[in-house]
Amino acid sequence: MTGEHPAVRLRGVVKRFGDSTAVAGVDLDVGHGEFFTLLGPSGSGKTTLLRMIAGFELPDEGLIELAGVDATAVPANARDVNTVFQDYALFPHMDVISNVGYGLMVAKVPRNERKKRSEAALDMVRLTGFESRKPAQLSGGQRQRVALARAIVNEPEVLLLDEPLGALDLKLRQEMQVELKDIQRRVGITFIYVTHDQEEALTMSDRVAVMDGGRIQQVDTPFRIYERPASEFVAGFIGVSNLLERDGRQVTVRPEKVHLVTDGETPPAGAHVEAGTVTEVVYLGMVTRYIVALDAGGNVTALRQNVETQDEDTVGLRGRRVQVAWLPEQAYEISSAG
Amino acid sequence: MTVVAPERAGRRVNPVSAALLRRTWLRTTLLLSPPLAWFLVIYLASLAIMLVTSLWSVNSFTQTVDHTLTTQNFHQIATGAYPTIIGRTVLLAALVTITDAILAFPFAYAMARIAKRRTQRLLLVAVLLPLWASYLAKIYAWIAILEKGGTLNWTFSKLGLPLPNLGFTNAAMWIAFTYIWLPYMIVPIYGALERIPGSLLEASADLGGSGLTTLRRVLLPLALPGLVAGSIFTFSLTLGDYVTPLLVGGANSTLIGNAIYDNLLTGGNLPLAAALAVVPIVIMVAYLVGAKRLGAFDAL
Repeated sequence: MTGEHPAVRLRGVVKRFGDSTAVAGVDLDVGHGEFFTLLGPSGSGKTTLLRMIAGFELPDEGLIELAGVDATAVPANARDVNTVFQDYALFPHMDVISNVGYGLMVAKVPRNERKKRSEAALDMVRLTGFESRKPAQLSGGQRQRVALARAIVNEPEVLLLDEPLGALDLKLRQEMQVELKDIQRRVGITFIYVTHDQEEALTMSDRVAVMDGGRIQQVDTPFRIYERPASEFVAGFIGVSNLLERDGRQVTVRPEKVHLVTDGETPPAGAHVEAGTVTEVVYLGMVTRYIVALDAGGNVTALRQNVETQDEDTVGLRGRRVQVAWLPEQAYEISSAG
Repeated sequence: MTVVAPERAGRRVNPVSAALLRRTWLRTTLLLSPPLAWFLVIYLASLAIMLVTSLWSVNSFTQTVDHTLTTQNFHQIATGAYPTIIGRTVLLAALVTITDAILAFPFAYAMARIAKRRTQRLLLVAVLLPLWASYLAKIYAWIAILEKGGTLNWTFSKLGLPLPNLGFTNAAMWIAFTYIWLPYMIVPIYGALERIPGSLLEASADLGGSGLTTLRRVLLPLALPGLVAGSIFTFSLTLGDYVTPLLVGGANSTLIGNAIYDNLLTGGNLPLAAALAVVPIVIMVAYLVGAKRLGAFDAL
């Protein structure tokens, strides 16, 4: 039977802190082995939701099921979930191997097996040889790995990750994104991942739930979240999006799909074409971003890959009259109510 | 690029500030020398004089101090009534320390981790306020509670229970000391507990640890430096006190402090008093070394 139940099922979950409502009624199913991301700005309720799944907060209303079993009022230490904390929360007085083996020690796993499994977990996060170090002697990235090993070694039903890469620098973060995804694939544990970084969410997830104001705005695959945003909020939060009002309809087009057409160039066949003036040119290395004020009203951001760019002639476009064009099927109407 | 704006370049800089800015060692020396001078002259010098004095003796015929070095005083301490007095003092200090630790830990925990900010401040004031009251006033309050016609006996008699009669006993000393030094135990434990990130306790629970496991494996080890700091206060303060035994103690309540006092003022034996004063110092050093060996300061 358990196979038919989702790993995590939330129904009508509400959490209030005093006068403010952190989570305002969330329904969600997360499947077994899924890499699921809760994405949203700070204060959107994503961390509170995660803490309720972990058992650190109890919901004021609603139901939390883990693998088909009601866990709404089950304390954190009796839930088959483990957490990777934002600040890693490694025990400073224990060495790495004791940190990793803590859950097994509590579960009274025999010493030999505990050692073997802890070492295997350390090997998985590529930290073999660091067993007897104290957390203070590790770098941020290494601490992050220990925290991951400490959670995974217990083979929980669900692994909760609360912005685990937030404290790392960009390069290390990108490396860890790939590694986390790889580890998740290998162990097959359900990951619920909280982040405010939309790129991170798109890179790693099987599905993404975009949260705002304590509610889930959209749950979908990264592709559909980006290409078919369900609301103005989702369109604006995920990547840069152009929002235009045409004939009383809200239309969104991604900047990379807007062609900038200068003198002597022809727009692609069948494209929707509008005229405007370039107001801003931002050179970003790989691409250049142009902001064009349209004659029909509104601004449009267009991206152009710097494939054939010569010298600094791109910047020279500022103030020039241009045309912008996009294929009609690349523009989507969205409900402004969202 | 011009680094210094012209109008700023011409501004006059205080030469003392300029000299201090460039010399870290000078700043450190200036900041440290007053307390260091105080420490060296007042504390270490008098300690050295005391140690030398403990090796002198008193001529029994002339009652004058003989300045030839001898270990006679320490032989005297190792015999007669003194071992009993030292043993009683150490036992009482240990008992007071343990009682204070047991009382202080839950209180400090509630203060540091459960109470809201407002309650937290109120509790801290409640802990520190008694330190402003006179030591003697607090001792006399305990006499009034514990003596034969005191509050405690009165309460027990009203309840129809056998009278405890704790006045002027070693138990009375234990109670009074425990009360007086309790804030010195609460504050360092509070400090240690407050610094533990909440996520560590959540992590312990998250990994399946019960409340008791978290207490034993996470809270206590991390609070240990605070606990040891507090115990140094309660232990050493009890070790050196001579007023409480005089006022609330009974016939068999002489502590090291009283022995020193008696030899100094009524016995007129300054060298023996000095030798007795060495005893608590040796005990404290042994205590600190032991605590360090057990890893009490590892989490610092």
